Amino acid sequence: MKWFDYAAPGSLTEAFELLARHPGARPLAGGTDLLVQMRAGERQADLLVDVKRIPELNELGCDASGTLRLGAAVPCCVISESELVRRRWPALAEVAAMIGGVPIQSRASLGGNLCNAAPSADGPPVLMVLRAICRVAGPSGERRLPVEEFCIGPGKTVLAPGELLVGFEIPPPEPASGACYLRFTPRAEMDIAVAGAAAAVRVEGEAIGWARLALSAVAPTPLLVREAGEYLAGKPATEDAIRAAAEIARDAARPISDVRGTAEHRRRLVSVLAERALRVAVARAREAQA
Amino acid sequence: MRRAMVRVQTTVNGQPAEFLCEPRQSLLECLRDILGLTGTKEGCNDGNCGACAVIMDGRLVNSCLVLGVEAEGRTILTIEGLARGSELHPIQRAFLEQGAVQCGFCTPGLILATKALLDRIADPSEAEIRRWLANHLCRCTGYDKVVRAVRQAAAELKEACR
Repeated sequence: MKWFDYAAPGSLTEAFELLARHPGARPLAGGTDLLVQMRAGERQADLLVDVKRIPELNELGCDASGTLRLGAAVPCCVISESELVRRRWPALAEVAAMIGGVPIQSRASLGGNLCNAAPSADGPPVLMVLRAICRVAGPSGERRLPVEEFCIGPGKTVLAPGELLVGFEIPPPEPASGACYLRFTPRAEMDIAVAGAAAAVRVEGEAIGWARLALSAVAPTPLLVREAGEYLAGKPATEDAIRAAAEIARDAARPISDVRGTAEHRRRLVSVLAERALRVAVARAREAQA
Repeated sequence: MRRAMVRVQTTVNGQPAEFLCEPRQSLLECLRDILGLTGTKEGCNDGNCGACAVIMDGRLVNSCLVLGVEAEGRTILTIEGLARGSELHPIQRAFLEQGAVQCGFCTPGLILATKALLDRIADPSEAEIRRWLANHLCRCTGYDKVVRAVRQAAAELKEACR
């Protein structure tokens, strides 16, 4: 690895100062992507600004309205072990236990997972269907945007130089709602999604109140398929409706062929995974309703 | 910026440890090349094989994906810290008795993964064991003997707690 300097600021103000003074600086969270990429010469930095000692990036808790405030650098192991997250946002706890393996989850964060902006990232689709909002801050203040607007291409995000992803706000789960993320990988652990689908659903009696569906590894960015959710809203929660929504997701996917799978295989996987994820989300929503 | 070496203060295997490193050096390099703790192995150097796993502040980590400078103020356990003098730790003994060791290169990582697992889940199911060991590649044993060793160690440690 080329030489870089290292700083571990204890506050956002200090971090912004460092980032402003060093145009070649990069934030470091868990490092499970960044250090591998730097070693391979794929990314460079003159200075790594370790954000793990900044209190705002380590936050995990609910505010008065029941919204989850999740710091961008909270490691996956803390998320998946959190009683609060397991009880209120089980799909989030599940995906945190799915990324990499145990020692990766000790370091990797959902904020880092999003900022790395891999099309195959597992975290973003779940955050999208849970309507997570990104808190982005820089020297001139804070802005907020939905997770689906954060990634703009493979490895590229809306973060301007000097800005940091501080964390996420995830609204409280509605009554009679449920969510689920499923992916296809040759190995259960330590693998990268060939394709993945996250679904969140609210049921109202026998009907679907609203639904959200998002995909991984089948487009240049993690992809929210709004049309699939809009199609399902107000429809009876039947197998036919779920299948039709999964077909909408398949048509929205823009997969490529690469070492992990062909475009054709990925399209097929999207219909299967979207259908199954919707089915699980509906079942969980019904359980919550009962 | 400054291109300065950094002084890092940590606790390694229960003892205070201080070293001087370049910010780009991994914890793995610091342990092996600076502190001389060569029980921790370098395999893939990109987080896939688990040969370099150590326990930092109670969490299993790949030391190739942690910078030495990130260890500042942390507590680290390596394979050298498990045995008490000549008396092996029950996990080490179970690996020996079950023949869960062949070439031995993955063994320090597997043993520390087992320690991290049993510290959290005293009586893990086979599925839990396999999930916890999934980040560790062993090209000799085929894993079944490793799983048996973890079960034996779990049983012994539970007995010892009584």
